[in-house]
Amino acid sequence: MPNEASPLPGPQSPGTGLHDLRGPHSPRKIPGWAATTALLLPAYAWLTLAVFLPLATMFVFSFLNKTPMGQAPVEFTLRHYRAFIDQGYLVRIAWNTLVMGFWTTLICAVLGFFAALALVRCTAGRQRETLLVLILLPFWTNGLVRVFSWTMVLRENGFLDSLWHLVGDGSISFLYSRPAIVLGLVHGYLPYMILTCYIALITIDDAVIEAAQSLGARWGTVLTRILIPLAAPGLISGAVLTFVPVIGSFMEPRILGGKVGMTLGTVIEDQFTQAFNWPLGASLSFTLLAVVLAIFATFSGVLKRGAAA
Amino acid sequence: MTEVHIRSIAKSFGPVPVLHDITTQFAPGSFTSLLGPSGSGKTTLLRIVAGFVTPDRGAVTIGTRDVTAVPVWGRNIGMMFQSYALFPHMSVARNIAFGLERRGIRGAEARALVDQALEMVRLTGFGARSPKELSGGQQQRVALARALVIKPSVLLLDEPLSALDRRLRQDMQVELLRIQRETGLTTIFVTHDQEEALTLSDRIAILDRGRIVQSGKPAEIYERPQTRFAAEFLGDSNFLTGTVEQGGVRLADGTLVQSAHPLPAPGAKATLAIRPEKLQVSTTAPNRLTARIVTVIYAGPVLSYLLETLDGTRLKLFQANRDGTILAQGATITLGWSPEHAIPVAE
Repeated sequence: MPNEASPLPGPQSPGTGLHDLRGPHSPRKIPGWAATTALLLPAYAWLTLAVFLPLATMFVFSFLNKTPMGQAPVEFTLRHYRAFIDQGYLVRIAWNTLVMGFWTTLICAVLGFFAALALVRCTAGRQRETLLVLILLPFWTNGLVRVFSWTMVLRENGFLDSLWHLVGDGSISFLYSRPAIVLGLVHGYLPYMILTCYIALITIDDAVIEAAQSLGARWGTVLTRILIPLAAPGLISGAVLTFVPVIGSFMEPRILGGKVGMTLGTVIEDQFTQAFNWPLGASLSFTLLAVVLAIFATFSGVLKRGAAA
Repeated sequence: MTEVHIRSIAKSFGPVPVLHDITTQFAPGSFTSLLGPSGSGKTTLLRIVAGFVTPDRGAVTIGTRDVTAVPVWGRNIGMMFQSYALFPHMSVARNIAFGLERRGIRGAEARALVDQALEMVRLTGFGARSPKELSGGQQQRVALARALVIKPSVLLLDEPLSALDRRLRQDMQVELLRIQRETGLTTIFVTHDQEEALTLSDRIAILDRGRIVQSGKPAEIYERPQTRFAAEFLGDSNFLTGTVEQGGVRLADGTLVQSAHPLPAPGAKATLAIRPEKLQVSTTAPNRLTARIVTVIYAGPVLSYLLETLDGTRLKLFQANRDGTILAQGATITLGWSPEHAIPVAE
């Protein structure tokens, strides 16, 4: 403690060690709680306005029997939360959505991890900066344009088929299928995974990898025993950043999935834009949120261990 | 005990040559320091022995096996790094067991070896801790245990003590030397700290710009440096330059300095190196120079004086603080030394 060795004659009584740090000329004292509140207020005010208020509004809507617009009186009801029981096909859609989220996250994790590893281990300086900018490029393009450009590639006699026709016959087009949706989503969310893994991998000391090699570890062992465990925080935060928006996505499923592109995201969007049933849309959203939170709660042990490493 | 041979090793990084045609050997059980300033190539040489760097030319032999084409993981080396390089996500015991697992040693046998290694570095009972909970010195001892437990053919140390504070470094030097003697491991130690090199090694190799300029026993290199660089890098030195004549070196001011060592042919230029602690205030010694004291540095047991002769040559004088008398700044004194201590060195 610095105040133990300090020869400064403090006016404070012994035991108020914290105050000594301010020195003998400390200004008028503001109580700790007041300072904390004042400093946090802008952030909380913004959060309230931008997040809590809209969420709370939607939460209230989810208990109403119809969209509260116009003159008709509204009533309180819990029936929208029974949607998964009343309309059984929603369970299938929810399952498909989770499977889609799983595959997208898994593919992003594998590609993103190795892309980040290649960036960290095989590039330096200018070259690395350029590659990082190229990776971020999808963020700079409009999402809609990005997804529609995939339809140009994937449709029958599209770009992919033209390439295929150089070597074979027929069509390998897979537009309007689940793989097409996953492809579009992977393209959109891969940069998050690359960046989070990159940040985790760049902090690993080269000497740690060299130490493992000197002890007899080949590349496979270095990868599974050293790199992946040490990059786990990056992989996990990348997975969260990918999985959550993916299972709520509606643009990619709708444009690239066509008829098979029914996901919870599109169903919810329909409730707001087509069916004008905001309460059902809201209740489905909150059910989805609950599912996501439940999944994270289940894996929270793993998350904590990852964050601590 | 294993011998390490290095034959005609050369390495360039891009257009920059780092090592020129190095040939040397490390005797079984010896402790050799590679000493040199940064950029001298000492670390590159160590990394070539370890296998992290592939030489452009030449061969490395560990024992009887040519390992030039063998990757790092196949060389059976023990290595210590300046940054400790412990695996942060594993306990101390698992760090030490890592190399054993790679050799298929697991379970009770591995645990016994880990305990033995911990005992050797005096960290018994620390196995369950995480590296984060250890001090720098303790972490480095874990790193040493991890390197030794696999019974490597050769122990490679890449400035392992540089990150420790002075006191701890001295303790670790003693520890390292004890363990090296106990295990009899051929050890190659990279350092830029000359004191550390003198204390620890059986043999020192001084590197300068990619070449070994001199190698030998510490005392041999210190007492008989062959080049100006070696004399300057290992310890301090005074240099006197002149022309060889009458079995001595004639300085610019006309003084003839005697040397007991073989000099170049008469008429040639020669440089003599004289260690600052071998000079003394004397009017009777065979070699004498008059100089003025410019600066007095009091460092407790040792007094250092910076002096200047009439023609501007700068000299250093180290004196043991035997009776507490300090020579005055500005005083003019006569320095004397024995011809035995005037060592001719190549420029």
